[in-house]
Amino acid sequence: MKTQQQTIDEILDLAAAQFKVARENLSADDDFFKKLGIDSLQALSMLTRLEQHFNVELPDYELQGVSDFRTLAERIQSRL
Amino acid sequence: MALHREPCNELGTESLAEFEKFITALPELEEHAHALIIYSRLDSGFSAGADLRETYYRTQEMEKDAAAATVRESLERTHHVMNTLDASPLTTIAAVHGVTFGGGLELALTCDLIIADKTARFCFPELRLGLIPGFGGIPRLKRDLGNAVVRDLLLTGRSFNATKAQQIGLVSQVVGEGHGLRVARGTAAQLVKFDRRAAVAAKEFIKPIPYDELRREIEIFCELFTQPAVRSGLKKFVESTDALPYLP
Repeated sequence: MKTQQQTIDEILDLAAAQFKVARENLSADDDFFKKLGIDSLQALSMLTRLEQHFNVELPDYELQGVSDFRTLAERIQSRL
Repeated sequence: MALHREPCNELGTESLAEFEKFITALPELEEHAHALIIYSRLDSGFSAGADLRETYYRTQEMEKDAAAATVRESLERTHHVMNTLDASPLTTIAAVHGVTFGGGLELALTCDLIIADKTARFCFPELRLGLIPGFGGIPRLKRDLGNAVVRDLLLTGRSFNATKAQQIGLVSQVVGEGHGLRVARGTAAQLVKFDRRAAVAAKEFIKPIPYDELRREIEIFCELFTQPAVRSGLKKFVESTDALPYLP
């Protein structure tokens, strides 16, 4: 079982790689829409990659109002 | 058939006219071809579905009855296209990636096989706007999937990935990113080895077209479309600058 910190780190790694942002510029409490400069379409693409990486299914309504990496990690963690 | 309308193959008046041209030419193609592959040339995905912005702007100033008549005419034409593709004796393959939502998913559902690359994401978001899918989605989903799955997808309006789509039986193959068209072509090449008459007979036997339910879907959609809540939902939708304003 991953720790929450491991999950956060992996999310940040994946987001940095997908949207070509320097990993060191991302932190857990960042608003990923603002920090990555993405729209809802790109956020769904990120969600798809996260589901594949963590091998979980994350209904998007569970992400309603979620815009920071830490809360996203909590939602994923709850399904691991 | 390559879909190529920016930003994500929204299905509106222009697309519908192109689809109509295509199905007019289809009988001649059917004499020579074995398979039809439908795919998108756009990175954003297969299709984001019906062009709701266009629908809103076409009908916003109309009285209720005129708006319903306009939507009905568009649905009738779209159903004719979808039903023609569904009934084609060709073996039809949708090679999908990225956004495959609403009407885009309904287009894929007319095909015999859906091959998804792992970036594909599927959704029926219509209930979020107070509508039901209008391009044949519910009858075709009911035909192809278990009813409990259909209820989950429709009533929650949630999006789901290619792996989930394969688990529930919607997608026949999941392939790596960017490989959908290649695999679809390989699948089509396999079909050429078989006797065409047998393939056509098999398709007729195993893929009935639910015409009565498709008619009923048009009636329900038109009834819902004129509700004030739907029109205000569409207004909110068109005024949003977000790429997918109805999600999550």
